[in-house]
Amino acid sequence: MSDATVLIVDDEVGFVSTMSKRLNMRDMVVYTAYEGAAAMRQLAEHADIQVVILDMKMPGKDGLTVLQEIKELYPLVEVIMLTGHATVPTAIEGIQHGAFDYLMKPCSFDGLTEKILQAVALKEEHEGEAIEARVSDIANRMA
Amino acid sequence: MHPEKKSSYEGLSRNIVLTVITVSMAPLILVGGLIFHQFRSIYRVKVYSHLCEVVDKHKDTVNTFLLEKLNEVQYLSRAYSYAELTAPGVLSETLRGMQQQYGRIFVDLGIVDEQGRQVSYAGPFNLLDADYAEADWYVNSRDRASSISDVFLGLRQSPHFIISINSEDADRKWTLRATIDFLAFTHLVENIRIGETGYAYILNSEGVFQTRHADNREQRLTLTPVKNIPYPEAPQGVTISESEGSDGETYLTISSDLKNGEWQLVYQQSVADAFSDMSRTENITLLVFLLGGLCIVVMAVVVSRKLVHRCKFIDAESELLNRQMVETGKLAAIGELAAGIAHEINNPVAIMIEEAGWVSDLLEDEGGELPSCSEIDRALAQVATQGRRCKDITHKLLSFARQTDSRVGEVDLPLLIREVVEISMQQARCVRVEFSLDLDESVPSVHASVTELQQVLLNLINNAIQAMESDGGTLAIACFADSSHAIMEVADTGPGIPAANLSRIFDPFFTTKPVGKGSGLGLSICFGIIHQMGGEIDVESTVGVGTRFTIRLPLPHVSHEQKTVAKEIHHV
Repeated sequence: MSDATVLIVDDEVGFVSTMSKRLNMRDMVVYTAYEGAAAMRQLAEHADIQVVILDMKMPGKDGLTVLQEIKELYPLVEVIMLTGHATVPTAIEGIQHGAFDYLMKPCSFDGLTEKILQAVALKEEHEGEAIEARVSDIANRMA
Repeated sequence: MHPEKKSSYEGLSRNIVLTVITVSMAPLILVGGLIFHQFRSIYRVKVYSHLCEVVDKHKDTVNTFLLEKLNEVQYLSRAYSYAELTAPGVLSETLRGMQQQYGRIFVDLGIVDEQGRQVSYAGPFNLLDADYAEADWYVNSRDRASSISDVFLGLRQSPHFIISINSEDADRKWTLRATIDFLAFTHLVENIRIGETGYAYILNSEGVFQTRHADNREQRLTLTPVKNIPYPEAPQGVTISESEGSDGETYLTISSDLKNGEWQLVYQQSVADAFSDMSRTENITLLVFLLGGLCIVVMAVVVSRKLVHRCKFIDAESELLNRQMVETGKLAAIGELAAGIAHEINNPVAIMIEEAGWVSDLLEDEGGELPSCSEIDRALAQVATQGRRCKDITHKLLSFARQTDSRVGEVDLPLLIREVVEISMQQARCVRVEFSLDLDESVPSVHASVTELQQVLLNLINNAIQAMESDGGTLAIACFADSSHAIMEVADTGPGIPAANLSRIFDPFFTTKPVGKGSGLGLSICFGIIHQMGGEIDVESTVGVGTRFTIRLPLPHVSHEQKTVAKEIHHV
C-alpha cells in the first residue's frame, strides 16, 4: 500500500521526472502530465489519484482553469498549487477556489512531501465523511 | 546648462527688453515729437507777431514824430511872414518858445533865401550867412513844399537832420529850416531793446544809418539775407527775413517803411536770442525725455532679467522633475525585466535542486559503500544551498518588481513604526543598537500599502542596524507631519556613506556588502515604493557621524484646523 497517489502537472519535463522519481522512492504512486488536458485524461483514467500538484503557469490551459475543472469533476481530489512568486495573487485566488495550499517554486522537497501527506489525510477525512453521509443516507432511506 | 539653452534665455531677455522699450518709447516719441513740433511753430508765430507789432508801433511813433515836427515848422512858416522872421531877435524868440514848448528837440532855426544863403539864424552855432546852395538837403528840397533830410554831418560836423519848408510871397521865395536834435530822435528807436541782441535802427534808401548804433554793438555787422519769412499776419509794410550775420550767427530782421519809403525802420535780433525761452523749454523737455527713456530702458532690462531668471528657475525645476520621472521609469523598466528573469530562473533552479535531492536520495539508498560518498554529499548540499540562494535572490527581484501585496489602505504611521521596531528589536539587541523613538501620535493616516511600507521601513532599519553592527549605536526614528506631508526619519550613528556612493545608493544592484550578503536591491525597492505612493525619499550622510533617511509621504486632504493643530504639536 502506497502512502499517497499523486499527479504532477507541470510543463517542465525535468522537474516532473525528478520529482516523480523522488516521490516514488518515498512510497508514493506518481502519475505525470505536462499540460492541462493531459492532466484531465490522467484523472479520468486513474480514479485512485488523491492529490494533484499543479503548476500555475503552463502553456495552453493555465493552472487556475485546470483547478476549476478538477474541482468540478473530482471535488474530493486535493490540489496543491506550485507557483512562482509573481503569481501569488493567482495562488490566493486558487485557494479561494478550493485548492488545498500553494508552494512557491523552487520548493523544498520536504515541505512538499509534508503538504502531500496532509492533503491525503484531509482527503481521507473528507471521504470518510462522505461515506458516513452516504451510510446515514442509506440508513435513513431504509428506515 | 547647455550653451543653446543659455543663448535662448539671452534671446528671450533681449526680446522682452526690445518689446518693452518699443511699446513704451514709440508713443512717447510720437506724442513728444508732435507736441514739440506744435509748440515750436506756435511759439515762432507768437514771437513773430510780437516783434512785428513792436516794429509797427514804433514805425508809427517815428512817423508821427516826424509829421508833428514838420507840422510845427510848417505852422511857423505860415504864421510869420519873411519880414517878421528875418527881423532881428524874432527867430531867437521863436526858437526859445518852441524849445520851451517841446523840449530841446529843435536845435536851431534858419531862413535861407533863394540863393541858398542863410539870411537869418537862431541857435547855438554861428551859421549866419552860411551858404547852402550846394548842400544836399537844400538841393533835394528845392522842388518840394516841405521835406525832411537824411541825417548828415553838415557844416557843424555833428549828425543832424533838417526839416525845411519852402514858402514864397509876392516878391521872394525863401526856405524855413529847422534842425532836429539827433539824440532826441535816436532815443525814439533806441528804446526798442528786446533780449540781449535785439535792437532797432533806421536806414535811408541807400542803406546809411540814420540813428546811432547801440554802444555795445558791432559797428559794421553786415547781414546777408538768407530767406524771407512770409508771415501773413504782419501789418502793412512789415517784412520778416532771416539773415546770416558776418559773425556767423543767424539774425532775424524785421523792417518797415518810414517816411513814405525813404527810410526804413529795421529791427534785428539774433534768432538764438529771440527764441531763447523756447530753446530753454525744449532743452528741459529733452532732458525729461532722455531721463524718462533711460528709466524705461533700465526698468525693461531689470524686469526682463527677473522674468528670465524666474523662467530659468522653473525650467531647472521641471528638468529635475523630468530626471526624477526618468529615474522612476528606469526603475520600473528594470523591475519588469528583473521579474521576467526571476521567473525564468525559478524553473531551472527548481529542477537543479530537485536533481540534487534525487542524487542524495539515491546515495542514501545504495551509495553508502562508495569511497567518496561524504564528498558527494557535501557537494550536493552545496548545490542545494546555492540553489536556495538563487531562490532568495529571485524572490527579492520579484519584490522589487512590486509583486507584493500593494493594496492601499489607511496606514497609521506611528503604529506601523512600533510594529516594525518590535520585529527588529531582537536583532538590534544582539549588536548593541538602541532605539530612540520620537513619534507624533497626531500624524494623520496616509493612503498606502501596509506591507509595502513595512518593507521599506524594515529595509531602512536593517540597513541602519547592519551599519552599526561593529560598534553599536543609536537608531533614532521620528515621525511627524507638516502642512502637506507625513515625514518619517530614520537616523543612525553608523559610519556614514561616502559622498561618492551617496548618489548611487538608490541604484538597483548597487551594494557595498560582500558578495552573498546583499543583493543591492533593498533601497531601490524602497525608492520605487515611495515614489509609487507619490512620496519622496532622501538621504543625508556625513562620514563618521551617521546617516539620515527622510521619507515624505503626501497626506490626504486635511482641513485647515487639523493642519494647524498638527503643526502646533510638532512645534511643541
